[in-house]
Amino acid sequence: MTDPIKVIEIKKSVFADNDQDARLLRGQLKEKGVYLLNLMSSPGSGKTTTLIRTIGLLKDRLRIAVMEADIDSDVDAVIIREATGIESIQLHTGGMCHLDAEMTRQGLDNVGMENLDLVILENVGNLVCPAEFDTGAVCNAMILSVPEGDDKPLKYPLMFSVCDVVVINKTDVLPYFDFNLEKCREYIRMRNPKATVIPICAKTGEGVDVFASWLEGQVKDWKQQ
Amino acid sequence: MHELGIVFYIIRDVKQAAQEHGVEKVNAVVMNIGEVSTVVPEYLTDCWRWAADKEDLLRGAALKVNLLPAVSYCEDCGKEYPTVTHGRTCPFCGSGHTYLKTGNEVEIKEIEV
Repeated sequence: MTDPIKVIEIKKSVFADNDQDARLLRGQLKEKGVYLLNLMSSPGSGKTTTLIRTIGLLKDRLRIAVMEADIDSDVDAVIIREATGIESIQLHTGGMCHLDAEMTRQGLDNVGMENLDLVILENVGNLVCPAEFDTGAVCNAMILSVPEGDDKPLKYPLMFSVCDVVVINKTDVLPYFDFNLEKCREYIRMRNPKATVIPICAKTGEGVDVFASWLEGQVKDWKQQ
Repeated sequence: MHELGIVFYIIRDVKQAAQEHGVEKVNAVVMNIGEVSTVVPEYLTDCWRWAADKEDLLRGAALKVNLLPAVSYCEDCGKEYPTVTHGRTCPFCGSGHTYLKTGNEVEIKEIEV
């Protein structure tokens, strides 16, 4: 005789454990006075170039490390290290399209939280999945580049609603694309009225100082709060 | 798009629940998936088959999906409407001040043992 089927009720969100891990990690970061920025975007939006410029402006005033997350290769980690001289490690997601709080914690254990002010996590290039998983970062930021189009906040609403700052990159090519900056700001506000929007051109460096001082202010506030 | 990652989370949670209840074999896992949770049920069950069969506890276990409808609420006129048809704009008064009430769930409802 086969045993009757027994049902065990669970009623638990599959994200609950990750949310809990993320909260614990944020608590640790607060204790140690380390600011973790989770930087997200599509592939090719200019995350690495933006980081190199930004780090160049901040590295004399803040102790910075970078964690590069990709499905494979270590090209970004090597580029960052060679261009800026700061510590940069590569995290592999093992084929997954995003990082979660546990993977982020392992990365932080590797760079060490003791002698740092700012850690930048360059998430996997993707506008969908990374938005769903809290990494434990203090702040979520994203880069939208002009060639991607001004309608992206409408198409990827979750990504734009979880980001406190949206950097609009590649403004030097604005004359060649049908990208309306004002319209884009309006779409971003629809998804997140509190988001700060910073137009930059990572290639020429224009506007990067605005992003760098915003970030420096954030790090100082986090340490003082 | 990240169904495999979600399957790994489900397996972790089910293993934990099985351990707590002294269960050695799971026949089925029942999920509540919201219509706008970005999880595609077909992909989820495909990833599940691949990953679950690697675990003694879950070999051959079915993944059953309850799809929950997405409903939005309009803060301006107080009405509810189906999110998938109308998106963020209220079909009754045209307001954009709306929020999702249900439809974002990715939840393990129960396991059959």
